[in-house]
Amino acid sequence: MRHILSILIENEAGALSRVTGLFSARGYNIDSLTVQTTEDVTMSRMTIVTHGSDDIIEQITKQLNKLVEVVKVIDLNEADHIERELMLIKVRATGKERDEMKRMADIFRGRIIDVTEKSYTIELTGPGEKLDAFIKALDPAVILETVRTGASGIGRGERILKI
Amino acid sequence: MEISGAEIVTRCLQEEGVEFVFGYPGGAVLEIYDAIHKQDFFKHVLVRHEQAAVHAADAYSRSSNKVGVALLTSGPGATNGITGIATAYMDSIPLIVISGQVGTPMIGSDAFQEVDMVGCSRPIVKHNFLVKDVRDIAATFKKAFHIATTGRPGPVVIDIPKDVTIHKTKFEYPQSVSIRSYNPPVKGHPGQIKKAAQLLADAKRPFVYVGGGAVLGNASAEVTELVKLLNLPCTNTLMGLGALDGTDANFVGMLGMHGTYEANLAMQYCDVLIAIGARFDDRVISVPNQFLSQAKKIVHIDIDPSSIAKRVKVDVPIVGDVKSVVSDLVALLKETGQRPNDKALAAWWDQVNEWRKPNSLLYTQDSEIIKPQFVVQKLWEVTDGQAIVTSDVGQHQMFAAQYYKFRRPRQWINSGGLGTMGFGLPAAMGAQMANPYAQVACITGEASIQMNIQELSTCKQYHIPVKIINLNNRYLGMVRQWQEFFYGNRYSESYMDALPDFVKLAEAYGHIGMKIEKPADVEPALREAFSEKLKDRLVFLDFITDQKANVFPMVQNGKGLNQMDLPEHMRGMQQVPFENNRDYGNLC
Repeated sequence: MRHILSILIENEAGALSRVTGLFSARGYNIDSLTVQTTEDVTMSRMTIVTHGSDDIIEQITKQLNKLVEVVKVIDLNEADHIERELMLIKVRATGKERDEMKRMADIFRGRIIDVTEKSYTIELTGPGEKLDAFIKALDPAVILETVRTGASGIGRGERILKI
Repeated sequence: MEISGAEIVTRCLQEEGVEFVFGYPGGAVLEIYDAIHKQDFFKHVLVRHEQAAVHAADAYSRSSNKVGVALLTSGPGATNGITGIATAYMDSIPLIVISGQVGTPMIGSDAFQEVDMVGCSRPIVKHNFLVKDVRDIAATFKKAFHIATTGRPGPVVIDIPKDVTIHKTKFEYPQSVSIRSYNPPVKGHPGQIKKAAQLLADAKRPFVYVGGGAVLGNASAEVTELVKLLNLPCTNTLMGLGALDGTDANFVGMLGMHGTYEANLAMQYCDVLIAIGARFDDRVISVPNQFLSQAKKIVHIDIDPSSIAKRVKVDVPIVGDVKSVVSDLVALLKETGQRPNDKALAAWWDQVNEWRKPNSLLYTQDSEIIKPQFVVQKLWEVTDGQAIVTSDVGQHQMFAAQYYKFRRPRQWINSGGLGTMGFGLPAAMGAQMANPYAQVACITGEASIQMNIQELSTCKQYHIPVKIINLNNRYLGMVRQWQEFFYGNRYSESYMDALPDFVKLAEAYGHIGMKIEKPADVEPALREAFSEKLKDRLVFLDFITDQKANVFPMVQNGKGLNQMDLPEHMRGMQQVPFENNRDYGNLC
């Protein structure tokens, strides 16, 4: 099953490699990983999307907690949560396609952030499935380039990950 | 007053009360070696290979409960230490490994003797540091010692670039350390301890399984009290040997792949299992589903939450320091008076004793060829069961574990997790350094000993009077045994040809060598080696042993603990409980 883990980790050199090294050394999967410092710059917040049986997810969280630099780990799946991913997608947009592409972007609440004679670059935010749906809705031939950040997640309501 | 980074390193070690540093100099650590030259707080032991420095520091720690310290230069010095670090990591040994690094401006430029030590060692350390500023050295050492010794212990690497050892700053050693992301647990949850006591009270076939955590956590006294209070049968793992006295009536021997018949069957057929500082690894329980095929309730006490439910699901997990948890459990049992049912426990003991009767460690010593088991047994007699014993890896390691009945914790030093050949001799050096008045024996084989044989030179230089018990069967014994069992007697590359004359070799290094070929000469040779006359000398005893000896019992890969290969006199024996109308509940 897919799980989304939120990790608070010391913002120190090499901390990221300890996390990714742990996943590869123990044969766990990383579907996506995002990381950036928090409002407290000594600390980073990482979101890892992974999948595995409940036993494996339990081991992953325990092993992550064992890393000296990891402050806290929560499995967002354990309660209501929100996740968002950002995609920048460059598409061919010439002639008739230009209007059509603009409409598509509007339908998905995307924004066109760069325009050339032949192309648009569209910014699209949402859960991963929405970004997938957008890609599916396009003719593969018009897609020039995509870049996705992977999911960032946060608990709903009062659920807070902080020290 | 400002002092150099190198001097700060030595002052940090002094502050931590370090007695010995095992190391080998090189370009990147010359400043540190210069600082060592100018101090007399601790002694430096010059090994002949960096792997041995780390093993010696490791065994120094295992045998004394202090922190071992190794000092390596950059590049090949550091990578030579990797096997030692991995060995310590697998067995959770507190260790500080200081490695030199090329100067900070050179890092990443493929400089001479540069290796990314923090990257190389990352998967095999509890934690590691690259110190890029001289002002960070003291705080880093304080943190490193704290991390290495608390919680589940482990090795910590401190990589120090050469320019950092030259730069100067004021030295102030922090008095305390607090790391917000690192707070290892100590006390076990009282509710869980209550549940454990209740399970024990309801048990019909209780069994105690004690691992290396009980040795490292200094919980031997508490474990013994628990076992005695309830009169429980108890086994120790390879790493746990000595946690309960090997001659104790409640001790049923080691369990696992080469465990005794009674220990393995008790483990399989118990109904309540108390696991203390043990991790259900593959060499102990073999396959989890076979192990769990007989229903049992499991209490698992461990300081590392990730050890719990890693291989088997347990009913009562208790995270905490084993010493604290077991002592709380004992106190609770004393207070409430909860005990297992007398009759059921007596019936269970009858069963265990019945399993003991055929003696799965029985062997016959004829008058011609020395059996390796016989040498270990005689060693036990000659040293009164009191020697510190180190070993390498293979058949001799298993014979040592089976036949030397360890009386106390920290007496048995071997590479259990990683299984590192070449560990024995440097480990014996470290153990002897930590215990200058103890008798130290290194039980090894002619293959393992050659993996760090150069340390005979270190032993000469520092007058380390260890006794080397070389069980020489001219084979990689354990490899040969597996080839006999599973590869149709095709002994591929397991014969040790062109062996040196170990007596001459020992003599060449300035030691005493003895070659023993007849069973009748075993005991006299051992008596002489351990005599008052030779107490200051290293003696290399080369025992020419039976080439065909195999280690029994044996649980093959994939088999259950109740499906052992047994020694000849027990072949065909029924490996299920004899029911005999005994009331110890439904067995399956």
